[in-house]
Amino acid sequence: MSSSGSTELLELAERVAGAAEVEAYVVRSRETDVRVFDGDVESLSVAGVEGVGVRVVSDHRQGFAWAGSLDPEVVDETLVEARDNAAFAEPDEWNGLASPSDFAGVELPELDVWRESLLGVSADDKVALALDLERETRAADARVRGVEYAGYGDAAVEAAVANSLGVVATTRRTMCSCSSFAMAGDGDETQTGYGFSAGRAFEELDATDAASDAARRAVRLLGAKKPQTRRLPIVLDPLVTRSLLAIIGSALSGEAVLKNRSMFVGREGEQVAAGAVTLHEDPTLPDALGALSHDAEGVPTRRVDLITGGRLLGFLQNTYTGRRSRSATTGSAVRGGFKSTPGVGARALYLEPGARGPEEIMASVPSALYVQAVSGLHSGTNSVSGDFSVGAEGLLVRDGEFAEPVREVTIASTLQRILLDVGEVGSDLTWLPGGGAGMTLLVTEMTMSGE
Amino acid sequence: MIDERVLDRTLHAALRAGGDFAEVFAEDRRASSARLDDGKVEELTSGRERGAGIRVVRGETTGYAHTADLSESGLREAADAAAAAARGREGETTVVGLERRDVRPPHEVRVLPESVEKARKVEVLERAEDAARAEGDAIRQVSVSYADSRRRILVANSDGLLTGDDQVRTRFFVQCIAVADTGMQTAMEAPGLTVGFELFDDIEPEEVARTSARRALTMLRARPAPTGKLPVVLKKGAGGVLFHEACGHGLEADLVAKDASVFRGRAGEQVASPLVTLVDDGTLAREWGAYAIDDEGAPARPNVLIERGVLTDYMWDLLRARKEGREQSGNGRRETYQHLPMVRMTNTYLRSGDAEPDEIVRQTPYGIYCAQLGGGQVNTATGDFVFGMTEAYLIENGEITEPVRAANLIGNGPETLRLVDAVGSDFGTWPGTCGKFGQGVPVSAGQPTLRVAELTIGGTAGE
Repeated sequence: MSSSGSTELLELAERVAGAAEVEAYVVRSRETDVRVFDGDVESLSVAGVEGVGVRVVSDHRQGFAWAGSLDPEVVDETLVEARDNAAFAEPDEWNGLASPSDFAGVELPELDVWRESLLGVSADDKVALALDLERETRAADARVRGVEYAGYGDAAVEAAVANSLGVVATTRRTMCSCSSFAMAGDGDETQTGYGFSAGRAFEELDATDAASDAARRAVRLLGAKKPQTRRLPIVLDPLVTRSLLAIIGSALSGEAVLKNRSMFVGREGEQVAAGAVTLHEDPTLPDALGALSHDAEGVPTRRVDLITGGRLLGFLQNTYTGRRSRSATTGSAVRGGFKSTPGVGARALYLEPGARGPEEIMASVPSALYVQAVSGLHSGTNSVSGDFSVGAEGLLVRDGEFAEPVREVTIASTLQRILLDVGEVGSDLTWLPGGGAGMTLLVTEMTMSGE
Repeated sequence: MIDERVLDRTLHAALRAGGDFAEVFAEDRRASSARLDDGKVEELTSGRERGAGIRVVRGETTGYAHTADLSESGLREAADAAAAAARGREGETTVVGLERRDVRPPHEVRVLPESVEKARKVEVLERAEDAARAEGDAIRQVSVSYADSRRRILVANSDGLLTGDDQVRTRFFVQCIAVADTGMQTAMEAPGLTVGFELFDDIEPEEVARTSARRALTMLRARPAPTGKLPVVLKKGAGGVLFHEACGHGLEADLVAKDASVFRGRAGEQVASPLVTLVDDGTLAREWGAYAIDDEGAPARPNVLIERGVLTDYMWDLLRARKEGREQSGNGRRETYQHLPMVRMTNTYLRSGDAEPDEIVRQTPYGIYCAQLGGGQVNTATGDFVFGMTEAYLIENGEITEPVRAANLIGNGPETLRLVDAVGSDFGTWPGTCGKFGQGVPVSAGQPTLRVAELTIGGTAGE
């Protein structure tokens, strides 16, 4: 795969879009997945995936079809099917494809998120890294009794968008990661901990770091008990903060707002969060693992200021939601691959970091719950009503130090309250795989349910 | 989909460099969907995908490669890549001549989705929208979707197996948002079956819409859920997912083998209340997780996992079963040809008991009546789970009283199994998508009305 690969995809996309009001989104990726267990390779998968999604807008009606193949005949059939589908949809005056005039004057970010070197890494080296990761996870602490999962994965993804209004864009990026789930304990008690390392090039991965994280996070939960139900300050681990930001981000999508599916409807300009909260989306930052020069409609990405000093400034938009809300696209169209039409979403959401690190933040409250992982996030949060109730794993904090671990607890509040109750944002900003950044976050009060 | 001689030659190529087992899995999938949102038919989508995955197993290692190119050269290339990944050495080729073995599907599909005019699919959306809006002005948003898929699969392996299946599924979703001065509430109702368009002979789009709308309206009146440990009565069909997540996953042989299950080494032991009999059954006709064969070619069958509280067996895929020298249980599944198979559930249910469902509520002085659970998550290694309740009520003095706001249920799988203290004589199921290691497959979960003596409710009452 090389830049000539992208040119070829672009030619295909342009050919499909030859007729009026047609858009083709073409993707090709190469992926490797290695899983190891007990010192052996459990599985090694190598795969190439390619496909096309065709969107047709005629008389303001939209139709879509996709195919898991770039075979010219299949692509032609897909175009016919998309046109046919459009005939059954109802007209919507805001339907339409991105046009170059939608982003006139927007500076195209200069980003290089493709590492050719990743394509040259041998399967043996990838396997060796996964095996090292498993061995080191076991060796990191005598209390680790097993590794539920240890593996390596990478992907090199090229995409091209072209439409009949003259938008043409290609993007390509590489990513790789290794991760491990340690199981600690014996007899009746088992605790698990997750560790990972991620980057764009193979050399960036650090299996030793991932292994010790996984072991440390599992071991420190040993002896966990169900605590008394009470209200207390909560300190969120960076991974948890990232998950929380992702939910806030989904409520900041212009699509959610237009459809009244967001707790932020009609609150632009209001104080929706504590003053410590300044939230940006910026896919142009080279350090963000979700960085990309163009969105899924071929529109250049840019920094979007969502919340500043707690005040809600605006929302993420794609072409459709931008026009319908009388604003404009923010280059935030996303797709779940070639099988879906563009939605709206964040790629690189982050909070402006504060001045102090996790130790100082923990020391600033007499007692708190440190949450290292949450479960049931999707079922337990509602970005419409704001209800928030999730399972939590972590440790109590007393006098700035980790005290006893807790299990089978839930933490509950509402997203609105959590935002207003942010006491401090940590300085430990870390970009995480799958988009967004995490950092330690202090929430001054939530309900912890236990006994 | 692929000529038998080509399959035979591909399997030989896959094992040419050694290996214990090789398999070709081919899939041809078509899907279509339609969505109505905000009063408008927004979009119709259709898609098609075809390809094959080739697996070569050598010792403990599986090599896998897949391709969208079903020509002999495409398959050959994937076979070579899978063989290289399995790191075979020169060895004897062991491919048994292919023998076609067809398995009768659990039921007939009557109306193939591709035979249905797009206009009829759009019509059911509109009928549901009208019915939901008719429930009152507080219903502000209605989103209706229709989705169908037809998946034809073929499995050929070096043991000589050649078989296939044709799986058709149809699902219908109605999501409503209701608004009042107490806030905004969402509700969802989404029936689905392994059938074609005849789904709508069984379910009325209007009825699905009314259920969804009334649930959203009910939740507007909900007060904060209590916090702490309480008895929980799960309405029939509402809580099957809890047993799927909290117990089912721990009975999957791959997780058991990795010592990542609380049920490891416990066959023959009393792990649940004697009222609990848990079954996984891929032959349950028309259910969302039904099929003739699994994605490794093994016929689906009923498997009793827990009988009157005693752990009887785990669920198996081909690799684990071979290793243990036992039969496959028809639980080897994969999301698409791009994925490796693993042990997955099908239709998992808790068998009905003798208690009168209403009586279970009457015998509960104070607790929670859960009429719908949302998604959930379980840590199979610890058995700890979390589930969101999307429709729940207080039980006071043996009567269902006020609705309570969405809150999580939290508990531990094995402990919950022991705490089941009443099992009703009714039964209901719920379709869903089960995720494991990044792969989603259709499953159903079922259960009669039952009571768990105590679960932790993560509510916010008392603030």
